[in-house]
Amino acid sequence: MSLRSAGGPATGDTAGRTVDQRQAPRKRKNFLGRQPLGLLFSAPYVIFVLGVLAYPLGYAVYISFHQFFFTAPGVQVDRPFVGLDNYITVLSDPEVQRSFANIGVFLVINVPLTVGLSLVLANALNRVTRLKTFFRVSYYVPYVTASVAVVGVWLFLFQQNGLVNAILGPLAPNPSWLTNSWLAMPTVALYVTWKQLGFFILLYLAALQNIPDELYESASMDGGNKWIQFWNITVPGVRSASVLVTLLATITGANLFTEPYLLTGGGGPDGASTSPVFLMYQKGILQGNPDVAAALGVVLVIGVLLIALIQKRLVGGKED
Amino acid sequence: MSIFNKAPLRNDDDGARRPGAGAPEGAGPEAPVPGSAASRKGSSVSKRKNLGVGSFVLLALGAFVFLFPFYYMFIGSLQTNPDTSVGGAFPSPANITGENYSNINNSIDLLKGLANSGIFTGGVIFFTVVFGLLVGYALAQMQFRGKGFVFGMMLLVQMIPFQLLLIPLYVMIVRDYGLADTYLGMILPFAINSTAVFVFRQYFMQLPSTLFEAARIDGASELRILWQIAIPLVRPAIVTAVLLTFIGPWNEFLWPFLVTKDQAIQPLAVSLANYISNIAATASNPFGAILAGACVLAAPAVALFIFFQRQFISTNIGSSVKG
Repeated sequence: MSLRSAGGPATGDTAGRTVDQRQAPRKRKNFLGRQPLGLLFSAPYVIFVLGVLAYPLGYAVYISFHQFFFTAPGVQVDRPFVGLDNYITVLSDPEVQRSFANIGVFLVINVPLTVGLSLVLANALNRVTRLKTFFRVSYYVPYVTASVAVVGVWLFLFQQNGLVNAILGPLAPNPSWLTNSWLAMPTVALYVTWKQLGFFILLYLAALQNIPDELYESASMDGGNKWIQFWNITVPGVRSASVLVTLLATITGANLFTEPYLLTGGGGPDGASTSPVFLMYQKGILQGNPDVAAALGVVLVIGVLLIALIQKRLVGGKED
Repeated sequence: MSIFNKAPLRNDDDGARRPGAGAPEGAGPEAPVPGSAASRKGSSVSKRKNLGVGSFVLLALGAFVFLFPFYYMFIGSLQTNPDTSVGGAFPSPANITGENYSNINNSIDLLKGLANSGIFTGGVIFFTVVFGLLVGYALAQMQFRGKGFVFGMMLLVQMIPFQLLLIPLYVMIVRDYGLADTYLGMILPFAINSTAVFVFRQYFMQLPSTLFEAARIDGASELRILWQIAIPLVRPAIVTAVLLTFIGPWNEFLWPFLVTKDQAIQPLAVSLANYISNIAATASNPFGAILAGACVLAAPAVALFIFFQRQFISTNIGSSVKG
């Protein structure tokens, strides 16, 4: 708000004034920069970020340390400070522990699969000349499609007597994929890998453009076969892209909501595919405990940051 | 964390160690051993061709895995009786119907859902373009106090995890401001896409600043410079930003799901999800209806993507590479 009023008056100073009067606005003009109107141009965005993103970020932490209820607009209630109580509630809740273990299972399957498949497919895409656009488009289509829509097909494909089980015949798991407590989370992980892969392929494709061809040429002159080339040139060459891909895949995993909600009918069977964000919805909004849900959100974000740091160490190698 | 900041290659590469080449370590093929190089190069070309065939087969297999569910979605939406056998993956004229579309349309108003999705997405695009162009231009071509702060904020904001904002935004928008079941409540958290702001800034940066200085000397106001000089020069940026902003709200499920309980205002993704989790079990051919709804929801985004695929792909790369 103060930005808006500060930018305003400076614009109108082209009007004729005495020398003495001009001195002050000019000074202010210099203080605000050569085009103080820039403040006005930035104001809507700044207000948006502060009001809709930054303030709630602090509010989330505040809620997590207080006993908090939903109230009707304008009602004042006492919201006592409760210290770490909400965090203790969250961390000792077996459902929450289960959901974090589920995300662990998800990441163990999803991250290596994503990195491996997208790197191999991007590498292949980089070598072919025919139908390149077709391939790129077909890999990218799941990524731009609403998860709610694609979940419909996956439900159809992976149901008890769906096409996947029809093809597998006697090898079909029993109980079926999404209702099997051992397979529900891996199926969700597989689904997310499939859905996001196109985006990661493009990331790798961009990174591959930066590896000079000469490296491959000189390697093949020395008789290095394609595996040696892949491991010694391609993989180290795209290392920083790999850090980004693992980070983004981890963030996607931590944000899991639509899939456990729809694909496994609310984190089923028996909590085998619940996710922390799903529990935030369930505990915070359905059961009316926003304080516990906010604490869960904070724990989740800290967890993601820790995992990201570890991954950066592992994948990033010694260079950084 | 830029991708372009490529990790340095180690010197123990097979390629870099060539005994007898006499060149310092790391020398490229500019100094090959004469004679042997030519014949080896020939073999490397044929090797690459073989590789091409292998890659092609791999890619074709991948494309099948990626596209088949979409094909199956469409076929399934047309089946009178869901046929989940292997043969059911091929269209059979006896089993084709448009009934699923009218069935789902009776439970959830598809046109209304599409219109709501359109208003939600359109609102986000509108705010992003109007305010994004203003701040993008200011960041690129204007000198003012606090510019560094605004720029830093724009980069940082993109790292805020949405799940942390879920509860406080719900408390604020739904409980405090009473914006449940309103378009504004849906739009607000996504109103200005920071990635689009970044795209605008990048495009405005590429324009020569002398152009704007000249206009300023001629007495044009900043708003007029922006409207008459800058914006016409960055039309591709607007296409890019619109495409980039589109898929977010169009596909978004969680937030509009929390904000809207009234079906008359729900975007299609939300009403279809409610159909899947609540109503489908009671339908005569639930999968047919779900898949018909899924086709309607997927079609606009997929069509737009295929039509503008070049811009889509380059924008997503550009925006994520900057890290």
